[in-house]
Order: sequence, then C-alpha cells, then structure tokens
Amino acid sequence: MSNVLFDVPGPKSRVRHRIYAGIGILLVIALIAFVVFSFADSGQFTPQKWAWLEYSQVQSDLANAVLATLEAFALGAVFALIFGAVFAAGRLSEHTWIRGISTFVVEFFRAIPLLILMFLFYYGLPTVGVDTSPLFAVVLGLTLYNGSVLAEIFRAGINSLPKGQSEAAYALGMRKTQVMFTVLLPQAIRAMLPTIISQLVVLLKDTALGFLVTYPELLYYARYIGSQGAFGRPIVPSTIVAAGIYIVMCLLLTLLATWAEKRNRRSKKHIETTNNKADQVMLGNAAGGGFVGGGV
Amino acid sequence: MDVLLDNLDLFGPFFLRTIELFLISAVGSLVFGTILAMLRVSPVPVFRAIGTAYVTIVRNTPLTLVFAFFVFAYPLLDIVRIDYFTAAVVSLTVYTSAFICEVVRSGINTVPVGQAEAARALGLTFGQILGQVVLPQSLRSVVPPLISTLIALLKNSTIAGGFSVAEAGAIRQYISERGDSQLVALLWVALGFIILVAVLSFVQRSLEKRWSVAR
Repeated sequence: MSNVLFDVPGPKSRVRHRIYAGIGILLVIALIAFVVFSFADSGQFTPQKWAWLEYSQVQSDLANAVLATLEAFALGAVFALIFGAVFAAGRLSEHTWIRGISTFVVEFFRAIPLLILMFLFYYGLPTVGVDTSPLFAVVLGLTLYNGSVLAEIFRAGINSLPKGQSEAAYALGMRKTQVMFTVLLPQAIRAMLPTIISQLVVLLKDTALGFLVTYPELLYYARYIGSQGAFGRPIVPSTIVAAGIYIVMCLLLTLLATWAEKRNRRSKKHIETTNNKADQVMLGNAAGGGFVGGGV
Repeated sequence: MDVLLDNLDLFGPFFLRTIELFLISAVGSLVFGTILAMLRVSPVPVFRAIGTAYVTIVRNTPLTLVFAFFVFAYPLLDIVRIDYFTAAVVSLTVYTSAFICEVVRSGINTVPVGQAEAARALGLTFGQILGQVVLPQSLRSVVPPLISTLIALLKNSTIAGGFSVAEAGAIRQYISERGDSQLVALLWVALGFIILVAVLSFVQRSLEKRWSVAR
C-alpha cells in the first residue's frame, strides 16, 4: 500500500532514510526520556508510590474493579447486540411506520453524547421517582448508544449484500422472515463481524465513563488509589497500571477483529459486498464513544 | 421550558464553551492526524512504526483515562502549567488525531496508483507527491468519515464537563445547585447536541454532494 507513493529507494536514498530514521529514533527517545525523567524528578517512581501493588487487599480490589468493568461491558454488549438486531430489522421493515420509529430511535440515540445519556439515567431519573444505580445507568447508556450504532452496522451489512441473494431466495418461494434469517443475516454477520467486534472495543472503552457517574470500575478505582495519602498519592503509577490493563483488554478484542477479518478474506464462502457504507459507519463511530465516540 | 429560560445565562455560555472546545480540538486533531497519516505512509520504516505504535496505543485507551491523565497526573510533572480547558483540548486532540489519521490513510488508499506513479515519473519528491497530488484528491473521498469523526469529537467534548471544564456536559451540576430539575436540564442539553450534530450532518451531506468525484 505505502510503496505506491515512493520508488524502491536506491543507495543514496537508503543512506538518507537511515539518517532520518536515526533522527526520528533520537527524537522519540528524547521525548520518552524527558517524560520519564520528569516523572522520576517529581518522585513518581519512588518505591513508596508503587508499594500499594503489593497489598493483597489492593490486589483483590483491583481485580474486582476489572471485573466490574467487564460486567458493565458484558451486559452492555449483549443488550446492545439485541437492541441493534431489533432496530436494524425495524429499519429494513416494509411497514413505513415501523421504519419511521426505528429510524427516529436510532438517529436520536446516536446524536446524544453517551455521557449525557448516562447522566440522564443516573441523575435525571431519580428526580421523577425512578430508582437507579450507577451500573443501571452505565449499562442502559451503553446499550442505547452502541445498540444504535450496531443497528446501522447490521443494516449496512445487509444492504451491502448483492441483490441477487434475496431475489434468488424469493424466487425459491421463501417467505420474508426465511429470506432474512436463512439467507441474508448469516452472510451479513459474517461480512460485518470485524466491524461488530471493533464496535465492541468502543463499548469496552466507554465503560470508563462509568467513572463520572460513580460506578466503581477500573478507572474509578485507579483514581481512588491515586488519592490515598497512605501510599503517597500514587496517581501517576495507578493511571499507568489502569492504562496498561485497558490497553491489553482492548488489544485482545482488536486482535480478534483482525483475525476475523483475515479469516473472512481467506474463506471460500466470502462474497464480494457492494458498497463501503459499512466502512463509513465504522470510521465515524470508532472514535465513538464516544469514537469517536461518542460514546467516547 | 422554564428550566431553559431561567438558566439561559448557563446554557448560552456553556454551549459556546463546548463549541469553542470543539473547534480548537478539531483543528488540532486535523493537523496532528494528517501528520500522523504522513508518518504512516512514509518511506522510512521507523517513521511508519512510530505512527503505528501511536495509533495502536491511543485507539485502545479510553478517552476518559486520557482526560484523567492530563487533569490529575500531568500537573504533578511541573513541565508547563496548563488550565483545565487546555488539558481538555490536549486530551481531545491526542485522542481524536489517532482516528483522523486512520481516516486520512484510508483516503490515501483510495487514490489510484497511477496518480502517484505519474507524479513520480515527473520527478516529484515524496513530500510533493503527498502534498500536491495525493492528499488533495483523497480529501474529497474522506470528507464524510472525517466529519463523522468530528461529530464524535463534538460528543466526546462533554467528558470535559466531568473534569472541571465549564461546558455543556457540566450544566447539570450547576442546575442542581440552583435547585432546578436536572432531568429537564439534561433533556435540553441533549436537544442542544442533537441540533449541533444535525448541523454537522448537514455540512457533511452538502460537501459530499458537491465534492463527490466520479472515478
């Protein structure tokens, strides 16, 4: 892909590139060294600030915080997938009023920042007498926002299938639901699997918003530990640890998406889909969350 | 309606602050994201690796965590003092540029190979090929996803409200101190965002129509 833009370098360019590479590496090392030294200089790497990791109580609390994050993720993912499937089907319906309602719901929840949704459910609902909890607000927010995005992904997947697929199925005398469930959906899900998993990465990252509605997840716990005077307020170490855990979790999901994509491309059952709408849905929402994201 | 009218002094400036935050971060992300994309297609393998590492790390980090770092941890470093608003701009730019980079890169891939080959045949350098031939053409095809990314940036800016920046995401807190209904206030904030997103979607659609290229 990238060799499109430049020729295979000759001896002179190779030398020049090596010089550039050297300068680049030096700059990056200098930047990292500067940051590390500034951290060290202000005493962020003193043993006292890392000692909290050795307490078994802290370790089990940290594990619980990760579990809380995963719980919100799992609940949000399952409900969002269901929500997405229902509203994608709604938007593809032949009845105008079902299509209208589904379109309204999906566009509505995609336009509102996820954090505002969570605020609505956590701070807003109690004022009209509805009992809520942080977990409820986080999961409901994740479901509505990511479910709407997933609905668009499902819809784009089904629309990207060649028309002949459904035409052939109808010609065989299948009913609408049969065409959808035995012909279109299996192919669409196969084609969209990488995109769906990528959206789940967004959902996983968005669980960190729970921090702002007092849901005791990983980031919340990192902030809590970071403010403990007994450990010398180790906010930098605890942020680094939390970031590491988040990155590992998301990378695992990302790798799964990449693997699904490669497998798709190799598969003999793969059919050429016709438009890139799906990619656009993805590009826009990856940032979500909010991607962009909206989510976050 | 009362909640909105009684608190116009809150809604007005806070939404303006959101738009300001959005515009500054958008320009920053577009510039930085394009530079990252250029790194990722450059002839020097080390530059490509640096670009890839940045995008991989940032794309897998929650934005809230980026905010937490710049608001809570960064000030301990004593490098340059920054206020909450600047911290929010930096967080949003650091995060969004990774996504802009991917959009711009996918746009570079849509430009036919022959364009770059012709430019090379004319003896243009890598910088000239990218800056004068490939990027201008790719821009047209990436406008829709680019604006989608900016819409996400707009919505993400509400997180700043959770970190002491007086913008739309923070209206709730002030309203509750004044004793008005948070639910109603939040619904108005939601409506505000629906309008802002609709405006951006409109820009997206009209640019898409005007700039769509027949290839």
